[in-house]
Amino acid sequence: MIGRAVSRVDGPLKVTGGARYAYERQDFGRAAVGFILGASVAKGRIVRLDTAAAERAPGVLHVMTHWNAPAQGPRDGSLPDQFGRPWPVLQGERVSWFGQPVALVVAETFEQARSAAALIDAAYETEAGAFDLASHAHLAYAPRTAAVGLATDSVLGDLDAAMASADVTIDQNYTTPAHFAQPMEPQSCLAHWVGDDLHVRPSAQGVAGARMALARTIRIPRERVHVDTAFVGGGFGSKLRVHEEAVFAALAARVIARAVKVAQTRRQVFTITGRRPETIQRVRLAASRDGRLTGVGHDVNMQGTSREEFVEQTATVLRSLYAAPNRLTRHRVTDLDVGLGEAVRGPGELPGLLAVESAMDELAHELGLDPIELRILNEPERDPERNVPFSERRLVECMREGAARFGWSARAARPGSRREGDELIGIGMAAAIRMHFQGATRAAVHMGRDGRVVVRSDMTDIGTGTYTILAQVAADALGVPLARVTVELARSDLPPSPGSGGSWGASNSSNAVHRACESLKEKVFGSSNASGFGRADLTSVVSRRFPDGVEGEGSIVGMADDPNYRNFSQHTYGASFAEVAVNTVTGEVRLRRMLGVFAAGRIINSKTTRSQLLGGMIWGVSSALHEAAHVDPRYGNVVNGDLAEYVVPVHADIPAALEAVLLDGIDDKANPLGMKGVGELGVCGTGAAVANAVFNATGVRVRDFPITMDKLLAALPPAF
Amino acid sequence: MRAFSYERAASPAAAAKAVAERPGARFIAGGTNLLDLMKLGIETPTHLVDVNRIGLDAIAPTSDGGLRIGALVRNADLAADPRIRRDYGVLARALLAGASGQLRNRATTAGNLLQRTRCPYFYETAMPCNKRRPGSGCAALEGFSRSNAVLGASDACIATHPSDMAVAMRALDARVETVSPDGSSRTVPIADLHRLPGDEPAQETVLQQGELITAVALPPPIQGLHLYRKVRERASYAFATVSLAAVLVRGRDGQVETGRFAFGGLAHKPWRVEAAEREVARGPAAVSDLVLAGARTTSHNAFKPTLARRLLAAAMAEAAKE
Repeated sequence: MIGRAVSRVDGPLKVTGGARYAYERQDFGRAAVGFILGASVAKGRIVRLDTAAAERAPGVLHVMTHWNAPAQGPRDGSLPDQFGRPWPVLQGERVSWFGQPVALVVAETFEQARSAAALIDAAYETEAGAFDLASHAHLAYAPRTAAVGLATDSVLGDLDAAMASADVTIDQNYTTPAHFAQPMEPQSCLAHWVGDDLHVRPSAQGVAGARMALARTIRIPRERVHVDTAFVGGGFGSKLRVHEEAVFAALAARVIARAVKVAQTRRQVFTITGRRPETIQRVRLAASRDGRLTGVGHDVNMQGTSREEFVEQTATVLRSLYAAPNRLTRHRVTDLDVGLGEAVRGPGELPGLLAVESAMDELAHELGLDPIELRILNEPERDPERNVPFSERRLVECMREGAARFGWSARAARPGSRREGDELIGIGMAAAIRMHFQGATRAAVHMGRDGRVVVRSDMTDIGTGTYTILAQVAADALGVPLARVTVELARSDLPPSPGSGGSWGASNSSNAVHRACESLKEKVFGSSNASGFGRADLTSVVSRRFPDGVEGEGSIVGMADDPNYRNFSQHTYGASFAEVAVNTVTGEVRLRRMLGVFAAGRIINSKTTRSQLLGGMIWGVSSALHEAAHVDPRYGNVVNGDLAEYVVPVHADIPAALEAVLLDGIDDKANPLGMKGVGELGVCGTGAAVANAVFNATGVRVRDFPITMDKLLAALPPAF
Repeated sequence: MRAFSYERAASPAAAAKAVAERPGARFIAGGTNLLDLMKLGIETPTHLVDVNRIGLDAIAPTSDGGLRIGALVRNADLAADPRIRRDYGVLARALLAGASGQLRNRATTAGNLLQRTRCPYFYETAMPCNKRRPGSGCAALEGFSRSNAVLGASDACIATHPSDMAVAMRALDARVETVSPDGSSRTVPIADLHRLPGDEPAQETVLQQGELITAVALPPPIQGLHLYRKVRERASYAFATVSLAAVLVRGRDGQVETGRFAFGGLAHKPWRVEAAEREVARGPAAVSDLVLAGARTTSHNAFKPTLARRLLAAAMAEAAKE
């Protein structure tokens, strides 16, 4: 059962509309609908907010502004549980970023609410703001830590000295733009009060975070917040925290004493939801002529805001990747008057590996070395900064397997030397590494007298396949058919988990469920002779001896409490390979084929895993060639804030020759099941593989992502 | 979206009259552009006149050997019509390069011609835009102007026209037929349908309030190589960064003897310079110089003229190879 390509158990519900998402749910009768009005300036204060016409408009039930908004808990970036921090709305007349919500209109229908919102007469006194990173980069400061509590800086030896004395050096700046996660289901929430109890149906990656954030914001005990987020249409980091839609729904539902639902419009997802920060990255590599790294450096300056710090762990990607005696990695933050930074898929790794793995390709070119050989030459024996062993280390295996499958040996070492008609063809590769995390998780498994099994956890399924893999884990451990297992997820009355995010959900919850199954079996058989019974006996023993069924509970501790995290450096690995064609007339870049080879410990479901990896790889392509949120440096707004102009790949951009290969394995240091996560791994390094393929095709190194045609045009052969 | 009233017109003349009678009234056909703009508060009609049931949905031969395309012929049907595919390849290709299958099923011929710019500042109601709010200024001039015009623009507006279909029709010298509220009809060469922005960028065409496009007439088939090359930020579902509709004939010497070149993505209307086409014997550089004369770029779209020159040269090279 473990490892099989099981189709999603919730698939039929999803394709028949039976899976209801937050905004579609009818749990509390016909809900009133709230529409958010955003500020039309980025910095300043509200000097007029006349809601009279909106209040008189047809169907309007309530208009909320900073004049009448209920008191809420203040923003507090110092609270350690980032996802449970308060998210207060309408906190006064100050406007701190473009699109900041300034009012909520609640009406009988969405159309009435939207129409009435347009009648609100708002005026602002604007102030000059700081919106672009490049011209404010000198204001950068050193944050206390990077995300996940990772160290701001790491220093070993003397990088400057290594650079000064090296045979060959690379010292380049790379820039990456702001990105938005943009899940298919926008951020939305249905809320209803029963007495002093708040019932919410948010679209959330984690139940505990949503519950705590709402409790702190609304100022009620956590136990009085009841969360159910059974189906979530994608998250990618953007639903780790609840946003204005959830707080507004909760506040308004109490005011009008009726269920209220609020969703962000697609354009609001570009203003209200957080962004992956824009970065300027300096990568330094020092090497001997034979290709051994003597120094590696990665300085990252990213945009932030003074409202709440978010430090994407971008400068961590080099810390465990290559051996070198002299090392320096640093995160710096430059506060701007823009939307908050938040996790976006592959936080840290996506922008960090774009830069670092481009730089490694530059070094290989300088040295005249094969890029894979260069990486193998610098493969570390132990974690180069922590000086502990790796739990497993399979980067070289990923690269060799990928090279053989992709036909890497056919790569022309000289850039720009392979032409087919009007196209220059190039291939490139990049390595990937991603830290494996673990969060304290509990689960319960119940087997009834009839042999039916129910798995319970507040873990979410954000489209990744949690319902399916937890059913597989339980079916496997208990020796029952998959159809006998029901999985209940994503409710606050279920055993707690840290939810989906950071690629840890599958391993956290699978291990907790696995242990709950072990505990259940132990209750049935007794610890001493548990192994003495055949698995087939379990259901018959339960039906004979446990009239009320039997329940097992299982848990896994957080990484801070797991000695294996202290004693081993735990990662997932990958190597991606891309072939691109660059049109010699226009500079358009098209992906021709792509392969990723990944090692992530034991795989529970080869189908859902492959799907996640393919999606991640496409996102990597997007980061190299397409995706950028353009901020107007005068107004501070995201200029291309819709899915027509915020360009991500469509089907025609992605060839059928896209494949993800998983190396079989078990990481026995990671957890009892030996598994790790893949949610982020697919985006790691894939962008750099594409960028390196563009260089191989054209000889042009673009360091300002994405690589658009205008950046290649000047270097193409003359047209006449 | 503002509240609006709605009626369904029974005939072209009735539709024209209905729109003329009510200030703030608009026609609606496929609605693929208008409804989006209404939801965003960019278009705020008070009254919609639905023209979907007034006929005008046929493609018929004209007496001079051309084709008359009804205003309500859907883009998908037009692109699939065997006569269009056989005799007007540039048009079929342009249509299929636009939007998506779903949108082409709904979008109409006349609506495609009248679709509005995709300038990002036109789309953001918080920003100045002379097209959306006359007199408020143009935020694109000093703004993020990658998609904006480099030819025929003004200090009031640098928007481009987003249609692919219109660019091919311009290369073909199509004629736009209309009916006015008083029942009279006229024919407007497609070259004259769209205005340059000048001081009145909100006034995008020469059509009067209530004047309804009834058909687009194509001339008899034009022999030669029909090309539509659309360059964009991704392989599909994106507006043209620069596009070229070309009809080219190779002479006996193997060089291009006649060529028609209409560009999209460069201006407020499909951009074609007939005087440049007369210099085709002098080669692509000379033709490009004339087509692009007076180009005014920003730091964001300075690559567009280069791209246009390269497209034109590649089209001529391809024709010479045929």
